[in-house]
Amino acid sequence: MTKTKLTPFASLLGAVAGLALAVPAVAQDFPSRAIEYIIPFNPGGESDITARMQEPMMEEALGVSVNVRHQPGGGGAVAWAEFQGNAEPDGHEIIGINLPHIVGQPIQRTDAGYTTEGFDIITWFHFTPHVLVVRADSPFQSLDDLVNFAKENPQSLTVGGSGTFSGNHLETLRMEQLTEADVTYIPFTGTGPLPAAILGGHVGAVISNSTLGVQMGDDVRVLAVASEERLDVLPDTPTFRELGYDIVGGTYRGVAAPKGTPPERIEMLANLFTEMNTTMAERQVPMGFQMTDIRGQAAIDLLARLRDQYGDFLTQ
Amino acid sequence: MDVLIAAALAVLQPHMLLIVLLGVTAGLFVGALPGLTATMALALMLPFTFTMDALEGLVALGAVYMGTIYGGAFTAILINTPGTPSSIATTFDGHPMAKQGRALEAISIATIASVIGGVVGVLFLLVAAPPLAQLALKFGPSEMFWVAILGLTLIGSLGTGSVLKGLLGGAIGLLIGTIGISPIGGESRFTFGWPPLQAGISLIVALIGLFVIPELLNMMRQGRAALDADTGLGNSGFRFGAAMTTVLSKPVNLIRSCLIGQIIAIIPGAGGSITSLVAYNEAKRGSDDPDSFGKGNPEGLVASESSNNVMVAGSMVPLLTLGIPGAPPDAVILGVMLLHGLRPGLDLFAETGVLANGFIISMGLAALMLIPVGLLGGRLIYQVIKRTPHYFLVPTILVITMLGTYALRNNLVDVALMLGLGMVGFVIRGLGLDAAPIVLGLILGTIAEQGYVQTILGGMAMDIPQLRLLENTLSQILIVLTVAVIGWTAWPKRTRKRE
Repeated sequence: MTKTKLTPFASLLGAVAGLALAVPAVAQDFPSRAIEYIIPFNPGGESDITARMQEPMMEEALGVSVNVRHQPGGGGAVAWAEFQGNAEPDGHEIIGINLPHIVGQPIQRTDAGYTTEGFDIITWFHFTPHVLVVRADSPFQSLDDLVNFAKENPQSLTVGGSGTFSGNHLETLRMEQLTEADVTYIPFTGTGPLPAAILGGHVGAVISNSTLGVQMGDDVRVLAVASEERLDVLPDTPTFRELGYDIVGGTYRGVAAPKGTPPERIEMLANLFTEMNTTMAERQVPMGFQMTDIRGQAAIDLLARLRDQYGDFLTQ
Repeated sequence: MDVLIAAALAVLQPHMLLIVLLGVTAGLFVGALPGLTATMALALMLPFTFTMDALEGLVALGAVYMGTIYGGAFTAILINTPGTPSSIATTFDGHPMAKQGRALEAISIATIASVIGGVVGVLFLLVAAPPLAQLALKFGPSEMFWVAILGLTLIGSLGTGSVLKGLLGGAIGLLIGTIGISPIGGESRFTFGWPPLQAGISLIVALIGLFVIPELLNMMRQGRAALDADTGLGNSGFRFGAAMTTVLSKPVNLIRSCLIGQIIAIIPGAGGSITSLVAYNEAKRGSDDPDSFGKGNPEGLVASESSNNVMVAGSMVPLLTLGIPGAPPDAVILGVMLLHGLRPGLDLFAETGVLANGFIISMGLAALMLIPVGLLGGRLIYQVIKRTPHYFLVPTILVITMLGTYALRNNLVDVALMLGLGMVGFVIRGLGLDAAPIVLGLILGTIAEQGYVQTILGGMAMDIPQLRLLENTLSQILIVLTVAVIGWTAWPKRTRKRE
């Protein structure tokens, strides 16, 4: 394992060195001290584990130490608010950001303490599409079965997910809108309790991230996935689009710097995160992650698209 | 059986034993520092596990976890401040024993009880994981609501003070628990427009504020509730044999505490914080002489420490068999497993039996390792605390707790809230209110709210959604238990008064 890792490290070093030659002014003064990498969620979650994998690779590539700090609370809002208020825009302070959280919270709460536009987004490096999951012995063999049942029995089918007005919730609302199914959404605190909720039959179905669908294996049936194309790790699961519903959504994970960070530093960090993605893909793709590199204007467009998609539900 | 032998062989390697030894030792000291929790210790360990293979990584995390939960007992006994939430009940009788000069005896008893609890939890995990996992799945939203209500009835009988003051404390705890983003619904409550309060008051912040700060202020006011007031027993060594006799002399208490620890451990979300409180309360209730509890009765210490160490391996039942983290530290262990391509579930035992069983066996080793590590480390901590004059001890502990509180969420607001709650705690302690009911209210209020709202939401298609709270057999059993406990609290007192 260690040996296979060395090669990407070496290429990473090469890439960074090349970049340093191209933009010498940057290389000399950045990074000049330790990088603070804030994760606004609890230890052990997907954001945390990813950052812990990135930490040693970043240290190797940048030649300075990288401090991953947790600052959980308010579904990420506490850390994002403090970051926008206090972080130095010099590239040494970066923070994990998640979608649709940073779009949804400022619309829905009056005191979120931060704005969606208040970040310089480095890159969105992960996407975990939503999946609709039922227990393996559920009578619902397909999405149609579930939708028909929910039409005939309004509100009696319960769908569990993580949080209120979170990605899972918004996707449930969108599914109801497009399929005309009438279900009852039950929020749980985080993804942790969802396996118990579905295996114990406390909810009829769950909308969660692809990683949960992969993790639970044969105990569940994944009825549909909200990605553009089928996932390699769930080859038998159709996409919502294949089934006739235009639902593409999930959780995007990325990193941001404070507004006003020099663009060449943003670009350097974006390249670094993309390089690290190729190394992490080996471990994370089988877990259900999709590796992405959405940066620059595309990253801003993504915010706009999500606001269009979910904004109505949030302002209602 | 072959798998078990292979697993045992895989774990009984010199370097594995070294990992266990180092893990337990590190965990012990982290656990002994107020504010540094098991979750944090495991999160700090994460990067190290990436360089290890899957079994080594899991063994290291298991050992640290076991050490941390045990380490919380030291500060609980010696300075009346629980090092982790799971050792709250250890303060009730552990510290009075220390004040009587029986600190080393208390440490020995806590150690033996912890070891027994740890080993019992491992045995449960090896033998009974699948049926226990099925039981765990029965705890849905309505059951969780009733578990929380049953837990709240403890307030009536916990502590030595009046029932009324206990209930008042519990109500304060419930109110503190409502601050922040509501667990269901997502509205911000009582944040007064101030973004940092979205995170709410964390349990650890309340725990440190309400337990540690008043105790420190007390030490400043009165000098130290002297560990050095020797009755001639404190210095006579660990009295290991005597402690063993004490622990084993009440087998019913020990068995009951272990069972309670195991059952609570598998209820997802209830976690270790209330395990020791429930076990302590049952020990008190089951005793011939309940009035001696809270005044240095070793039985209370045994109940608390055995039950909370059962929980370490016990909470692995839903984690390993179903992928459900039963307590916050388990989430970190789950993360490490997924990263190593291990999928929790019964397949884990079928396909990677050596690894799964090796991990379990290593936790048993970690429990046994508590004897040498705990007795030596315990002596060290005891000597340091005993010899340090209180004018050094108080500021040192204060700084450590502030660092711990900050490290919790890297948030200065938490430190301010902790100090503020500490002042409140000091004042209300003067009024005769205990901290334990407040903390219990804080823990259980959130669980109850979540269970209630989820149950009602699930019944939206019914005419009276509230009826769903009464539907399941397990809910009904919990309701009967709740009524019985309330009756027990009210009844004997009245008869006693008549006599």
